[in-house]
Amino acid sequence: MSEHQALKRPIITLPFILLAAVALVGLYFLAIRFTSGMGFVTNLNSGYAWGIWVVYDVIVGTALACGGYALAITVYVLNKGEYHPLIRPALLASLLGYALGGLGAFIDMGRWWQFYNIFLPWHMNFNSVMLEVGLCVATYILVLFIEFSPTLLEKTGAKGLLKTLNKVLFFFIALGVLLPTMHQSSLGSMLIAMGHKVHPLWQSLHIQPLLAVLTALIMGFAVVVFEASFTAVGFRRPSETPLLTRLSKGIIWLMGLYLIIRFVEIILRGKLGLIFAGDLGSWMFLLETILFVFPLFVLLSPSLRQRGHYLLYAAVSMLFAGSLYRFNAFLITYDPGPGYSYFPSVSEIMVTAGVVAIEIMAYLFLVKKFPVLHNADPA
Amino acid sequence: MKRRDFLKASLGGTAALLSSGAADARGNLEPAEDAIGMLFDSTLCIGCKACVSKCKEVNGMPPVAMEDETQYDAARDLSPQTLNVIKAYMEGVGTHKDQAIDGFAFEKRSCMHCVDPGCVSVCPVTALRRHPKTGIVTYHADACIGCRTCMVGCPYNVPQFDYDNPFGQIHKCQMCNQAGVERVDKGMMTGCAEVCPTGATLFGSRKALLEEAQRRMTLSAGEIYNYPRGDIRKPESHHEKQVPAYQKHIWGEKEAGGTNVMHISAIAFDKLGMPPLGERSYASISETVQHTLYKYLALPAVALAGLTFVVRRNTSDDEGGDS
Ligand code: SF4
Ligand code: SF4
Ligand code: SF4
Repeated sequence: MSEHQALKRPIITLPFILLAAVALVGLYFLAIRFTSGMGFVTNLNSGYAWGIWVVYDVIVGTALACGGYALAITVYVLNKGEYHPLIRPALLASLLGYALGGLGAFIDMGRWWQFYNIFLPWHMNFNSVMLEVGLCVATYILVLFIEFSPTLLEKTGAKGLLKTLNKVLFFFIALGVLLPTMHQSSLGSMLIAMGHKVHPLWQSLHIQPLLAVLTALIMGFAVVVFEASFTAVGFRRPSETPLLTRLSKGIIWLMGLYLIIRFVEIILRGKLGLIFAGDLGSWMFLLETILFVFPLFVLLSPSLRQRGHYLLYAAVSMLFAGSLYRFNAFLITYDPGPGYSYFPSVSEIMVTAGVVAIEIMAYLFLVKKFPVLHNADPA
Repeated sequence: MKRRDFLKASLGGTAALLSSGAADARGNLEPAEDAIGMLFDSTLCIGCKACVSKCKEVNGMPPVAMEDETQYDAARDLSPQTLNVIKAYMEGVGTHKDQAIDGFAFEKRSCMHCVDPGCVSVCPVTALRRHPKTGIVTYHADACIGCRTCMVGCPYNVPQFDYDNPFGQIHKCQMCNQAGVERVDKGMMTGCAEVCPTGATLFGSRKALLEEAQRRMTLSAGEIYNYPRGDIRKPESHHEKQVPAYQKHIWGEKEAGGTNVMHISAIAFDKLGMPPLGERSYASISETVQHTLYKYLALPAVALAGLTFVVRRNTSDDEGGDS
């Protein structure tokens, strides 16, 4: 018998219906985007070629979906088996997050009917960071699906297939560690190629890939902590707090490392003054830094980190910190030059909200139908 | 320190830092063998916009109307229908040509045909290509997926995506040499250089144009100079004019690896809307970092082998695992 079980709760609930409504509105605007053109739905322009569809759905979204990545490293590479109960929900969230990141990239693709060109070797440009991101993300979605598939197979009872799969699964788990390391770092390299348009406080040049991977890991672990504390509170299930407090010790190292590298780069390149310039960039930097430092403070305090609620706050703060780092670099302080401005239109926001609503609906559906959550107290 | 100054200052240091680093660090690309280009001399431009109309004619694009008038092209900036535009600089009362205070000047905006083009470096599907001989940067819609990374990666915001068309594409100046036009291949000059009445837009090889620009830098203000018009190899005519007080700066000689379309002016380029660029191209930095990280595909493959070993050891403990 599996140590995971499906949550036996009804699927159609009020929140589910509200989410469905949001998803429908998003789909409506999506229909306009595909029939009339992106200009009718978005505020994109010649200076701001990327808006929230790319920056939220793909760049922030995939980092939020790094829970599977972060835990896979902990459980399989660092051999910390006790975190195993957290892995299935994290994998599911990763699978959904990445799948919708891929969907977001497709929605944003101006010439989507030729998307397969990216997979044709004679079209590939191996100097392009974007190629690397595209190929890695596509492969990783498949890998996540395979990693998650034992859950589906257990339910359908395909015993033979399950056995074979478990024999080769280690290979996919290894790929699942390698691929996000590659494409998350490439998202950082992308900022190098964006050159002078990226604000100096975020233009760390060859440090970019490292900062990108570190923020992805921080956000990945934050999602795991968030999910575990939230399912405990939301579905009134026994809390996994002791496990989480141990996990958070690892997070402390990660965050410390990140903050040191970030500030050393800024100091060495003489950019410290920009932090106090009093402009948008400086305020956003300060806000971002506070969001990074607060969770570090909570996790460092032995008394605070024992408490589930504080752990939840810390996780949320880390999620906002990592998201803001990417939003700041790619969009908020991004400056293509005088004469251009961008703020997402309502319809543009609704498409992104719709995509997120679909993601949450799928998550709720799957944890209630398949053995995803850890069977903490056998009924 | 302002953001702009910072960006310029930092790139110098970075270049030094990186060149001493990784083994496969790539520097800026060199100009193509027979690089073709243009020299735009802002002090000669009278703002007639003949080049804007001609560009539309060559590229089969409709003029942009100003109220009800259509004889005159009133495009204000680059767009999917406008690959070339003349922008006005205006300060104070704006009456003195080529004067930074209380003056005005004209500036041409079109693709700079970078020597180390950001757009080419970032395009995942090789839809933007630098011609190995002429250095002309062309666009190929049959390959393009519309990801718009080229727009983000171009320091001059040149590539334009047609957002209002559900089946849009990128539009940019291809030096009048795209398939079906091929003016340069046919031995003609670019449309904009051909119609320019003052020789403000001059056509020719990058080498010859750079020499011409350097010659103008040595002239002193007030002197009379015989300015050529059209194609520098075989000018259609010359005209004599007093030399203005040039800024001693040839934009595109060195900026981010240089450009084949170069500009000279009597007003500082940041006032004319040129971006803050150092000498090192961002493409060369991102490619260096990327390739150092991956060493093409070898590093990831080795990493995978190692990870597989570790993961296998760790999963076999609990009988094949049940993740
Ligand atoms: S100006 Fe922009 S579009 Fe033109 S070659 Fe340079 S990077 Fe490419
Ligand atoms: S929009 Fe087209 S040309 Fe530009 S980078 Fe993407 S695929 Fe290449
Ligand atoms: S070279 Fe041709 S396409 Fe480019 S700006 Fe001049 S006329 Fe237009």
